[in-house]
Amino acid sequence: MIIQTQEKPWFFSSLVIALLISLPILAVLYLAFFPDENAWPHLLNTVLPSYLKNTVILMTGVGLLTLAIGTGSAWLVVTYDFPGKQWLSWALLLPFAMPAYVIAYVYTDLLEYAGLIQTGLRSLFSWDNSQDYWFPEIRSMGGAILMMSLVLYPYIYMLARAAFLEQSISHYRIARSLGSSPLQFFYRVSLPIARPALAVGLALVLMETLNDFGTVDYFAVRTLTAGLYDTWLNMGNLGGAAQIAVLMVVVVVILISLERYSRRQQKQFNSRNPGAPIPTIKLTGKYAFGASALAFIPVLFGFLIPFIILSYYAINYFDISWSSKFVTYAMNSFSLAGIAAIITLILGLILAYSKRMNKNKATRFFVGFSSLGYAVPGAVLAIGIIIPFAAFDNFIDGMMREYFQISTGLILSGTAFAIIFSYSVRFLAVASGSIESSLDKITPNMDMASRSMGHSHLSTLIRVHIPMIRRGALTAMLVVFVDCLKELPATLILRPFNFETLATQVYQFASDELLEQSALSALVIVLVGIIPVILLDKSISKKRE
Amino acid sequence: MPLYKSVRLSILPLILTLFTSSAFSNEVNVYSYRQPFLIQPIFDAFTRESGIDVNVVFAKKGLSERLAREGKNSPADLVFTVDIGRLIEVVNKDLVQDVDSAILTKNIPSQYRDPKGKWFGLTTRTRSIYVSKERANLADIQNYEDLSNPEWKGRICTRSGKHPYNLALIASMIAHHGEEQTTEWLKGVKANLARKPQGNDRAQVKAIKEGVCDISLGNNYYYGKMINNPDQTAWANAVHITFPNQKNRGTHVNISGMALTNSAPNKKNAIKLMEFLSEKLAQKMYSEQNYEYPVNPSVEPSGLLQSWGDFKSDHLPLSDIAALRKQAAVLVDQIGFDE
Repeated sequence: MIIQTQEKPWFFSSLVIALLISLPILAVLYLAFFPDENAWPHLLNTVLPSYLKNTVILMTGVGLLTLAIGTGSAWLVVTYDFPGKQWLSWALLLPFAMPAYVIAYVYTDLLEYAGLIQTGLRSLFSWDNSQDYWFPEIRSMGGAILMMSLVLYPYIYMLARAAFLEQSISHYRIARSLGSSPLQFFYRVSLPIARPALAVGLALVLMETLNDFGTVDYFAVRTLTAGLYDTWLNMGNLGGAAQIAVLMVVVVVILISLERYSRRQQKQFNSRNPGAPIPTIKLTGKYAFGASALAFIPVLFGFLIPFIILSYYAINYFDISWSSKFVTYAMNSFSLAGIAAIITLILGLILAYSKRMNKNKATRFFVGFSSLGYAVPGAVLAIGIIIPFAAFDNFIDGMMREYFQISTGLILSGTAFAIIFSYSVRFLAVASGSIESSLDKITPNMDMASRSMGHSHLSTLIRVHIPMIRRGALTAMLVVFVDCLKELPATLILRPFNFETLATQVYQFASDELLEQSALSALVIVLVGIIPVILLDKSISKKRE
Repeated sequence: MPLYKSVRLSILPLILTLFTSSAFSNEVNVYSYRQPFLIQPIFDAFTRESGIDVNVVFAKKGLSERLAREGKNSPADLVFTVDIGRLIEVVNKDLVQDVDSAILTKNIPSQYRDPKGKWFGLTTRTRSIYVSKERANLADIQNYEDLSNPEWKGRICTRSGKHPYNLALIASMIAHHGEEQTTEWLKGVKANLARKPQGNDRAQVKAIKEGVCDISLGNNYYYGKMINNPDQTAWANAVHITFPNQKNRGTHVNISGMALTNSAPNKKNAIKLMEFLSEKLAQKMYSEQNYEYPVNPSVEPSGLLQSWGDFKSDHLPLSDIAALRKQAAVLVDQIGFDE
């Protein structure tokens, strides 16, 4: 391993960051080596096969559906001109602000037997009871796939759109001059070029699906995560639960490696500034209407309908929902998510850039390992954070007691710092993944040119790379911010006393199936999530000069 | 950029919370498995009376692990749980200490506390059977055992068999009938289910109202909550609440409870709070606001609870139920109850 002097600080700083971020994952691994008993014989003989089957179906379903919605809508808004395109292109991001458990709850309320739809149908057709007609059961595997896809597709949409926007006009001209239609250009050129970005998006979607508990629990779909919590909480076997978590991480790693392996021969760079944007095709008549309708569907079901229902609850239950501390909750949520988003972005930048410079195996391994936090269910990850933090605090306290006869107590445990750290651990994959996919598109010639003109690596990063990957980086920050707003299990377990965020406030009631009573908080999560979505979208989609 | 500005503005309060975790002395710190909105009014009453602030962290999982790892430096004084299982768990992990208080021993009957004072029950809740007023006959469903009777085929609703409340009930069945008979019983109940176990106890009563099923399992306080929620009164009105096994061992009850941690930096205040919660005012509030039965025998249940009638409760020691909980969870998996 040869590391040049200039690259050393990058290598070591990325090593330190990767190690710190990996601590909780290592702690979970450690737990997995010391189970209270062997959980597997029981699981294998009873519920594991069905949990596995459910997990595979859920992941496949959500994966395919989000790919279809995300890529399709991104392609529509980048390639075509149709009425409403301007606002649809950012409105398509809105469902991202909806926590999955919230949308699941809202749709159950709407679609179940006593819901508005079925009640309406019954009175319309004078049916008496559920035996008189058939209606799909929302609390089912299909329902779970639909709900999760509706709020997760923006991951893919966001990254796909950024990738489509970044592609070079020359590709388009060449393809068209060789006689391909816009559609052929899409699947022969754009899609393969966007594939690394789509893969990052899909990996995020799948990890999120894998560790979701709220939605699947509410819909009584029992996945591996259900098995994990059961082993931990009902069988009292935290080590066994950690083993299941490790298994889940391994599955994710295999999936990601397979994808990388399958495009190992591909290398793609935009040799220079992509130049003018690819001309959009103006649609007219029924095609224009069709495109508008198609792009509107995900916004309607993923955002508008749940938003309207939430608003309705929020107004009806305002007296219960409103509390004078509400502003504090919103502030807590906003500042935690904001700080975590900035920190995570910086860490992601350092890691991704260091990986670009140091192509050695060690850097690759550490950077890859540190992004695994995303695949670990939040509550387990929280335990993984408590372990090193509490050990550190107690160690310092012990030292201080011994040498200075003073007790420092817990310094890091149970502070907002622990929560911010957990967000960074959890969402680093989001930041480093999308930054990496943007950096990968910049040709190394740029680095060499800048270096040969006497710029340091840092200066090259700031003057050359960051301006070029601005879109990808902002997208990453936006995603991390919104994800942090919605994060629940780690916030709950790690927080200081009397510390509420909007998400914990929602959970208090939602966990008792009383979401109506905290609809106001849920609504504010969504609204607060929308502001940066719109702000950042403007800078992402700004016309290239 | 507005985003940047607001982030900068909000850093100050955040830094404050970073360092205020143990700044006040006249306080008591609680790790609660129970939603704060259910107990906050009672804590507020305590603060008014004693001047002691009650600080709470609520989560449904992970708190006992946090307590264990924080060790002797943990700021937590008390742990609150909603079932016996979690209480025994913190005792078994050796995270809590004995409390010797004449007030607690006087107020809480011995069956609802640990002989050494490692845990105390605060309220009891029955695992009741809700019966459709229209489509079922009360005389046909008098015992938990009747739930496996084939006449109820396709007519029973329940939440997940893995929920702590159901696990405790199944554990009590194992204690009374042994594992073999309980397996048969649980298989019978499973065969009678109208739908895959889902939702909470309240959702099952709603299902009865909707005609999905005719009987369901549920804790008693949900009945009170539904009666007093204008949106849900109709659900409650569709059912009778019943207290099973009155002609034999009595209805299965679980407790919500508390324990004093080993580290307890505010031990005095913590015991004061424990005692306060066992006294008349707090016990009355639990009964009136949360529709739970007071453990303190000198406190009458609220009028609403009394209107549901007197009942005899199962005297099986709660620690026995907790000990069989894991066996119950294994059983639920073995017969595929939740599938």
